Amino acid sequence: MKNSFLMRNPSTLIFLAALAVFTIVVTALSEAFGLGLISTSFVKTLGKTLCLGLVAIAMDLVWGYAGILSLGHFAFFGLGGYMIGMWLMYERTRDIVISSMSDAPIPPTAEEITDAIGHQIFGVVGSSEFPLIWAFADSLVLQLVLVVLVPGALAFVFGWLAFRSRVAGVYLSILTQAMTLALSLYLFQNDSGLRGNNGLSGLQNLPGLEAAPQSVVSIWFLWASALALGLGYLLAAWIVSGKFGSVIRGIRDDEARVRFLGYSVESYKLALFTVTACIAGIAGALYYPQAGIINPAEIAPIASIYLAVWVAIGGRGRLYGAVIGAGFVSLVSSWFTGGQAPDISLGFYTIKWVDWWLIVLGLSFVFVTLFAPKGIAGLFDLAAHRRWPNRHGADLGPDAGALREREANE
Amino acid sequence: MQDILQEHSALITKSSRMTIAPAIAAITDSELTQAQDVLQAWQSKDIWRRTSDGLFFRAEETAAGSYLLFDFDTGETVGEAQKTDLKQLKPNSGVRALIGSALVQFQLQDGDPVRRLAALTSIQRDPSSELLEPLRASIDSEPDADLKAQKQRAERLLTIAYDTDESARVGAISDMSGDLGVDLRATLNPLLETKVQVFTGEAPNALNIARRLAPGEDISTKAAYDLLVTANLAPARIDQAEVRATLGVHISEGRVGGVAVEDLNQPEARARAYAALVAQGLAEPDPTSAEIEAHLGAHQFVEIYKEPSQPVTTAASEALDKILLKVGMNQALDLILDGLSLASIYFLAAIGLAITFGVMGVINMAHGEFIMMGAYTGYVVQQIIPNHTVSILVAIPLAFAVTFAAGVAMERLVIRWLYNRPLETLLATFGISIALQQLAKNIFGTQARPLTSPAWLDGAWVMNDVVSISYIRIAIFILALSFLAIFLFIMRRTRLGLETRAVTQNPRMAASMGINPNRVNMLTFGLGSGIAGVAGVAIGLFAKVTSELGNDYIVQSFMTVVVGGVGNIWGTLAGAAMIGFLQKGIEWFNPSNTLAAQTFMIIFIIIFIQFRPRGIIALKGRAAGD
Amino acid sequence: MKFLNSTLAGTIALAGLAVPAFAADCPIKVGVLHSLSGTMAISETTLKDTMLMLIEQQNAKGGVLGCELEAVVVDPASDWPLFAEKARELLSVHEVDVIFGNWTSVSRKSVLPVIEELNGLLFYPVQYEGEESSKNVFYTGAAPNQQAIPATDYFIDELGVEKFALLGTDYVYPRTTNNILASYLKSKGVSDDDIFVNYTPFGHSDWSKIVADVVALGADGKKVGVISTINGDANIGFYKELAAAGISADDIPVVAFSVGEEELSGLDTSNLVGHLAAWNYFQSAEAEANTAFIDAWKIKMGAERVTNDPMEAHYIGFNMWVNAATAAGSIDVDAVRASMYGQEFPNLTGGTAVMLPNHHLAKPVLIGEIQADGQFDIISQTTEVPGDAWTDFLPESAVLMSDWKDLGCGMYNTETKTCVQILSNY
Repeated sequence: MKNSFLMRNPSTLIFLAALAVFTIVVTALSEAFGLGLISTSFVKTLGKTLCLGLVAIAMDLVWGYAGILSLGHFAFFGLGGYMIGMWLMYERTRDIVISSMSDAPIPPTAEEITDAIGHQIFGVVGSSEFPLIWAFADSLVLQLVLVVLVPGALAFVFGWLAFRSRVAGVYLSILTQAMTLALSLYLFQNDSGLRGNNGLSGLQNLPGLEAAPQSVVSIWFLWASALALGLGYLLAAWIVSGKFGSVIRGIRDDEARVRFLGYSVESYKLALFTVTACIAGIAGALYYPQAGIINPAEIAPIASIYLAVWVAIGGRGRLYGAVIGAGFVSLVSSWFTGGQAPDISLGFYTIKWVDWWLIVLGLSFVFVTLFAPKGIAGLFDLAAHRRWPNRHGADLGPDAGALREREANE
Repeated sequence: MQDILQEHSALITKSSRMTIAPAIAAITDSELTQAQDVLQAWQSKDIWRRTSDGLFFRAEETAAGSYLLFDFDTGETVGEAQKTDLKQLKPNSGVRALIGSALVQFQLQDGDPVRRLAALTSIQRDPSSELLEPLRASIDSEPDADLKAQKQRAERLLTIAYDTDESARVGAISDMSGDLGVDLRATLNPLLETKVQVFTGEAPNALNIARRLAPGEDISTKAAYDLLVTANLAPARIDQAEVRATLGVHISEGRVGGVAVEDLNQPEARARAYAALVAQGLAEPDPTSAEIEAHLGAHQFVEIYKEPSQPVTTAASEALDKILLKVGMNQALDLILDGLSLASIYFLAAIGLAITFGVMGVINMAHGEFIMMGAYTGYVVQQIIPNHTVSILVAIPLAFAVTFAAGVAMERLVIRWLYNRPLETLLATFGISIALQQLAKNIFGTQARPLTSPAWLDGAWVMNDVVSISYIRIAIFILALSFLAIFLFIMRRTRLGLETRAVTQNPRMAASMGINPNRVNMLTFGLGSGIAGVAGVAIGLFAKVTSELGNDYIVQSFMTVVVGGVGNIWGTLAGAAMIGFLQKGIEWFNPSNTLAAQTFMIIFIIIFIQFRPRGIIALKGRAAGD
Repeated sequence: MKFLNSTLAGTIALAGLAVPAFAADCPIKVGVLHSLSGTMAISETTLKDTMLMLIEQQNAKGGVLGCELEAVVVDPASDWPLFAEKARELLSVHEVDVIFGNWTSVSRKSVLPVIEELNGLLFYPVQYEGEESSKNVFYTGAAPNQQAIPATDYFIDELGVEKFALLGTDYVYPRTTNNILASYLKSKGVSDDDIFVNYTPFGHSDWSKIVADVVALGADGKKVGVISTINGDANIGFYKELAAAGISADDIPVVAFSVGEEELSGLDTSNLVGHLAAWNYFQSAEAEANTAFIDAWKIKMGAERVTNDPMEAHYIGFNMWVNAATAAGSIDVDAVRASMYGQEFPNLTGGTAVMLPNHHLAKPVLIGEIQADGQFDIISQTTEVPGDAWTDFLPESAVLMSDWKDLGCGMYNTETKTCVQILSNY
């Protein structure tokens, strides 16, 4: 079965092979296990990029395949990060507290230890009580479960409400954006119990593994991210290749028609929305320990819009397109904003990329949507001389689907 | 005078409110005619000290940048000095207030009404019992009716606070009863200040008792017991930290009170060890709850007015109750005004969107940046035309023109290719949005830019001390209303409006009737953008002009349109009103956290849309489009 | 995929080629870690320009240890995780010898673990909430006892304020500062009822309700004062509303800890005359060094530009670093740190700043009244106040002290005489 699935989807095999090669090459060039040609900070960047690729796949599933432009998937991503961050922060602080308290003449009670941890964690934001949401923070297993459960549950509830009342199209986009904004504003509050604007920090230090240098830890996370990306890709490819995939593509192209055919459109959408939220949560849980800090600014609506942009530039409706888009745009962005790109002197004016990069990026969205709706992945089509089946009317990109013949004429 | 100043030279040069009193008193008590001039010059930071000999002078800056020095006693010019040779006396605002109080006796009867007002303001700010008599003496001779009324009011307030005659005070309270001024409440509230006292047995009746407190009901048991402890009437409670510290002191050979130290990480073991220490007399026992009860029962807790006179406190508390009811009602009115103002700001920000998104169905994420462009246009105009009134009058049409042009350009270049692909319009316009934002940063820098409103928009419309609203907000409200009128006029009464509605409902049919849909779309989009630009000028006037200005309004604007009901301007109005009032309402419930208000408002909107997906005012039938 | 790999390889080749650096390597690299885009760019870009100016001036004087200084400017884009990434990049890829950077506390907390792990050296120029002491960070801005506490004392002693409205933006600096202040006020006998606290989001613009609430506080007959930790451009709306409500500084004085010349340049101050700000530096300070500094700044950036407190902090920090490196004869982090303690450098406002063993400066506290021209009139200037990493006004922190010179510990418990931890909390 698996064999035939892979045979039907040759791109999956190519992608997985490329991912494996990439991971091995990076490991071989890293400071920890190889030649030391890639700095640790760059390994972290690459590891984070893989996580972004994973969340981009989730985004591609909901948008490219099901036509739901969700502007909330980065919120799920962030929630995943928060869940793992709570455990990392709690455990690391606990180690510090226990070692510093062990010098005291009277051994501390369990309650005193908890109080001291609370003081350490929340002291910076002027509190010392543990809020209720930290109830499971001492258990890695439970927090890992929450990484999937919390984004999944939020997506389920939100999706159930929204799809039930037939909110679709741009309205859904705006509504998801509102959800993201509400969540980030909520987390910005100190009262939310997640340290407000400061967020959770120092996440790169793994509790119990203080001895391992960051160069090694970064490679571990790179491997984990690559593995998650590979598995996520397989899952996504499997979802879209079967009957489920056909139905959601049908929903994208003409929701009413699928509904009249007797499919429960809402259930399909809801299932996909929830699954992708879980994937986003996992991606976030791998991303933030590499970034080192998570705070509400990460969840701001703009992040989710960037996510959509990556997928659009990479090429919607194709899983590898999403990954390429996320990787390409985020790496190029970090190259330009890092001050490494050389300035261009025009004689009367010097173009500093730090100042002008965002303008180039912004205009490139316009360019891609207008002239290259298939994104970077469209290049593969050109290379392979593969063409979409020639139907009547102009090809308006995957989104327009079956509507295109009618609408293109209007 | 110079001698007096020299005598207090140290105090005066390094003036502090805590120490300056003798110096001021010396000047006032000097009985010299110059005293008033010296104090006034000092208060307005016009006294300078010559560094070479330490003498004080009043100084005036000359055109050349040097300073003309005037002697206090003769009033004559005694020379000229450079700034470097002088040191300015800079009394801080606390010292200036003291000087002001000292000046009251000179200024209350001064010929210049400005000075009399200054004296009155001083009394209002720092009332004191000595000022009552001079104030009363000055009322009859006051020629200015307005000042006289103010003086009478101040006299009533001072009477309430400081008069020695009880009935006069009660009379003054009843005179002022029902007044909403903060100053009246500020006078009454201190009269009703209380403190809690503990008495063993009955409390003496001679005291002006506000109420008796029952522990556990009016005052928490813990707070009541803490009062006993501070009054040394009961032994203190022992908390865990103290237990821990005491145990730490008595460790010997790895054991405390017969318990091994390593077991002390259990609370029961600690309690056992501590009990053992208590038994050995090495530690104080923690009072049991029965003991605490007994102590509390043996004492009375009484709230006592600091003001000894009972008739005064009774009158004051009755007057205050009446006032507070009125204040509450006025606060509600103020809240409504605030809500109205916020609603008009949201409406203003959203009305352009109501055209581009509501009527045309185009998602324009760069809408916020059009608002920003309008605000920056206002800033640039103000740089060129310094007169604020003229510059605003020029800026409004110019902002419209600039953003109209930008909107038309965007429609022609980008949006018209994407009319059938709303989701991609969102992305493309978002790209334009971040490009425009960065462009603004590159041109204007990242600092906020000043956009100053004309002087006639400064200040606020004050109904009373509770209800007031700034003129700029009223102006925004009027602007929002006139936009509503313009919108209705254009859509209902002009050819463009007719054509716009036709093109939106059925472009093909409209085209076959001889309407050029391209032109209509272009103009409509331009109109929506232009209105955003004008809104930008208004928003810049009341808030700030930065490149992020648009960001703050974009999500709220979309929500306003969606909540209200797409395609209907009354819907947008209703949406703005709902969001504005809701946010102010939530803020009122939780005044210390504005962020929570915004969060809950958005959550409410999300839930609201679940139940009314088409908004408050939903289009029905054919106009709904699908 | 090949395309992706070749792109990556290209980037790796550019970014990953790490060349080991030695102390005498020329040029000496100075990292500048300030946001040039995003919300904080409004404040931080100025500091980047300040650093470039200082480095230029130092190079004109012949550099440090015979080497040219080279600025490595990166843009963390107001994105806090990006601060950590860029700090790591500065330290491990560019091999900078010192970093000047950060503005917000959260960005500092983000950078801390990286700096401590890689043993970097960071100069942090902004007033902050304290409660932190890192071996690798020199705090050249004010600790609470160098700004907030003196300003509160001024309120109580000089203005006779009895009721306090603590208004702040909702993030860690206002939260912690207000906590410390609330505790300090209580120790001064101010009751809970007389402390009103409000937090608003970043960039808040609708202030009418909050200003009305503050006015209503006066109903008790006690003098009300506002202590504002409102951050950045939210101040503009706040002051506009304050002016519109006609609140004079004599009735309800406002003292701000985050409003300097730069922020005031965004609004018309004629209605705000007399309101206060507390800093360690004002542009209006009359001293020769200050005049020279302002002139150089205006020549470089334009006549309408102003100077502010964090710029002075960078000025002192940078010059101290230059002197310490010269004294140590090396730019090695540990050597420079050892010779930093006790470094003295003249303040721009007169007097001398001293680097203390707790990595804070001893600096004078200035209180200024806003004038109509957007400048401050300095009405109070204290002698040098030594910065205190751990506040004395919170019971948990009162027992802690920081001494990296003799005790080698940033969080030393003076009661138990033990070092609580070497690495800092983040």
